[in-house]
Amino acid sequence: MSEVVLRLQDVNKVFEPDTPRAVHVLHDISLELHAGELTALIGPSGSGKSTLLNLMGLLDTPSSGELWIDGQATARLDDAGRTRLRAHHIGFVFQFHHLIGAFSVLDNVLMPLMLQQGKPATAQLDYARHLLDAVGLPNIEQRSAKALSGGQQQRVAIARALVGKPALLLADEPTGNLDTQTAEEVFALFEQFNRDTGCATLIVTHDPRLSARCPRVIELLDGRIVSEPGAL
Amino acid sequence: MLARFWIERRIAWRFMVENPLQTLLISIAIAVGTAVIIFITTLMNGLQQNTINKTLGSQPHVRLEATRLYNRLPAVRDGQILQLETMRAQPLQRIDSWQALVADLDAIPQLMAVSPVVTGPALVQKGRATASVVVNGIDPQRYEKIINLPGHMVQGRFQVGSEDVLVGSELARDLGLQAGDKLRLQAGDGRTALLRVAGIFSMGVQELDTRQLYVDLKQAQTLLNLSGGITALDVKISDIFTAREWGGRLQRLTGLHVKNWMDNNSQLLNALRSQSMTTQMIRGFVGLAVGLGIASVLAVSVVQRTREVGILRAMGSTRDQILRVFLTQGAMLGAMGAVFGMAGGYGLIYLFNNFGSRLFSVSVQAEVTITALFIAIGSGILAAALPARRASRYDPAEAIRYV
Repeated sequence: MSEVVLRLQDVNKVFEPDTPRAVHVLHDISLELHAGELTALIGPSGSGKSTLLNLMGLLDTPSSGELWIDGQATARLDDAGRTRLRAHHIGFVFQFHHLIGAFSVLDNVLMPLMLQQGKPATAQLDYARHLLDAVGLPNIEQRSAKALSGGQQQRVAIARALVGKPALLLADEPTGNLDTQTAEEVFALFEQFNRDTGCATLIVTHDPRLSARCPRVIELLDGRIVSEPGAL
Repeated sequence: MLARFWIERRIAWRFMVENPLQTLLISIAIAVGTAVIIFITTLMNGLQQNTINKTLGSQPHVRLEATRLYNRLPAVRDGQILQLETMRAQPLQRIDSWQALVADLDAIPQLMAVSPVVTGPALVQKGRATASVVVNGIDPQRYEKIINLPGHMVQGRFQVGSEDVLVGSELARDLGLQAGDKLRLQAGDGRTALLRVAGIFSMGVQELDTRQLYVDLKQAQTLLNLSGGITALDVKISDIFTAREWGGRLQRLTGLHVKNWMDNNSQLLNALRSQSMTTQMIRGFVGLAVGLGIASVLAVSVVQRTREVGILRAMGSTRDQILRVFLTQGAMLGAMGAVFGMAGGYGLIYLFNNFGSRLFSVSVQAEVTITALFIAIGSGILAAALPARRASRYDPAEAIRYV
């Protein structure tokens, strides 16, 4: 088996612990994601998919348990440490594409690199343009991000998630907001990049047709993993 | 440093450009504040400078006079003193061997001019009219460095010879004098002199223009029966606000009775000081009001940017970077407003000088402008501090979901 990119061990998440409103969202989650794997995370609304994704993306911290990214334990890292790992190892695609409207398409793609190092190098500029080509958006790099259609914005968001060559690509219902045709095309991009770059890819989706195309599917119900058809 | 914060500056700039109306409004607020501060400071400085110049235009910075006569108080025993004192009358006292003193004072570099003066009372007679005056015997070359009499001549010439006299414009009007006219001076004990009016001056101060009269030093010595002696030494110093210290120093040095303009005009100085304080307060409150305005707009702006902050955090920006983005925005707004404000302040000053009361004109000092610039940028950063801190502490997972 290829190398483990992400490992979760007995991860729990409780919101507002020690109060009457405490909600136990995730129960003893243990799983591994490997390089090159394309995984779908499914489950009904409120099953804890987004919470789990936020934990995996180090946007949030588990209440208990441990989480390793590229072999590095993260539970005890401070915000700066988690930010650093997130910047170098993880790419995000959100449901609502979330581009920064004040910047051009190319700047949006380059943003993760610019936040780390300032002005991008020529090779990085070339790579960003290559990614924009690859997602089917050549020649619009100077357009404002606000001027694009939803499908186009999501493609730019995918290019942005990949520009730092992350080991782990996390996508939160990336096609949830798109029409069927566009959703198909966007999903195909995930398949293609997963194949080409070998990054571990986890896609949260409601769409059974899309999850069926993933070699591995993790199903979440009430904060517990109930089935893993594609498990080891 | 500049290269390091490139992306922060870039983001701050793009955020500002994306919301031009907001940017414009804050800039105008800062500009108005800066303009008011520049204008008020310049105006007050100019007014005070003008007042001081007017005051010092007609009096020496420091005046050394002969020691006063005082009663010796006999000690009864062991330092006990019997005191039942009638104050002594003070006749004109002469400073002896003043030539040596002048030479000594000339050697002190901070003293810009030293001028011997003989001053005493006299009566002027012209026809049947008389007026009581103060006769000043001067050495014209030295005296004009203390008080710019030549610059205030309205008739005739600045000339003080053995037969010449300079009179004030008010006195000239009272006695119907013109340059070239003769007048008689009486100084008691039958000492009189017949003199010719060489010139008429107007200092713009009623008291001086009515009462002061300038003659040659020797003439005054003769008239006042002080042959060879003088009654005072007028001194001009380089930094006028050290007059009090120099007064004390010269008193210890010479043993003479010393007066300085600051003690003589303590009311004026008090007024100037309260005026400065008022100006400071106005400046402070204007700064505060502008700062609060910026802070409230930036607070709204930060809330509007919540989702973007979440995205930036998810893409690997640190809390410090977010903090710097909004601080930079504050600084940029401050700088932008300050530039407009400077234009506004200079405009106001131009209007004041050209269309205002025209009683006096003011010029902008570079340091006022530079201070205002720093205040504007500083208050921009300060106003941005709280909102920026708030933005940097957003929980990225929540911020992304913010709609």
